[in-house]
Amino acid sequence: MYTAKINVTLKKSILDPQGKTTLGALHSLGFDQVKSLRVGKHFVLTLDAANSEQAKGMVDEICQKLLVNPVIEEYSVELKEAVKVSE
Amino acid sequence: MKACVVVFPGSNCDSDCWHVLKDVAKSDVQFVWHKESLLPEVDLIVLPGGFSYGDYLRTGAIARFSPVMRSVEEHVRKGYPVLGICNGFQVLLEAGLLPGAMLRNRNLQFICRHVYLKTENTSSPFTNCLKHGEVLRVPIAHGEGNYFCDEQTLETLEATNRIAFRYSSETGELDEAFNPNGSLAHIAGILNEKGNVLGMMPHPERVSEAILGGEDGKKIWDSILSAVA
Repeated sequence: MYTAKINVTLKKSILDPQGKTTLGALHSLGFDQVKSLRVGKHFVLTLDAANSEQAKGMVDEICQKLLVNPVIEEYSVELKEAVKVSE
Repeated sequence: MKACVVVFPGSNCDSDCWHVLKDVAKSDVQFVWHKESLLPEVDLIVLPGGFSYGDYLRTGAIARFSPVMRSVEEHVRKGYPVLGICNGFQVLLEAGLLPGAMLRNRNLQFICRHVYLKTENTSSPFTNCLKHGEVLRVPIAHGEGNYFCDEQTLETLEATNRIAFRYSSETGELDEAFNPNGSLAHIAGILNEKGNVLGMMPHPERVSEAILGGEDGKKIWDSILSAVA
């Protein structure tokens, strides 16, 4: 079993109004040190795969098919072998 | 004309579309549940507005995998007209039947009000009863109608006359001040390459009878009627 943590964000070239508004809120709270903020989505999924290569391939396919809209979004994946539960 | 209105879980403009097609456009119309994989033989398919699958993940992202969408794609391939309104437009974008994507409205708010649309294309099955530059008053009601596509796609849309409607002033003037949601190039509706798919954020079905405050939307139904006749 593998655990995949997937982060989806708007591409850097695309204005993120939600991020901009949140950044403005942080500034108005006095956190002037915060220079940029992007809002994204986080997915955690566990999946069955024979090896990490197969798992990575499957996660990429899942992202491209459903989780990510490549017109406006990009993603990164952190893949880990899940700890086996002893019987 | 024979038409069908696809109903997804969360569609909420389906009855309005059905009513206008039936009582205003005098068509033979039926609802088709999204689980159906076979569509009845129709001239026109309408993908109505609403919040299919609660807008989960992205607007239209899950509905586009509904079984009915394969038949919709087949209908498009055969050259028959498909009209996607609001969430229907979003579904068409996610399905890749139209290029681009929707972003949150520039001001992050759900906007529900009348806007003015400038007609840019008058040769499609949806706009042939309109004059170039004709201004329509049609309501919008969406939170994610901020149209986006890459530069090359925009160039293609412009060069091939596939921008059907742009947000404008009452007199057809184009300016950011008249763009409610931040859409690229003030885009309110676009056509596919063949011209038989129109996606638009404004709701023509809500302004097709005088008693409801306007008849500008009727020109779109009239256009479709003359195209399929």
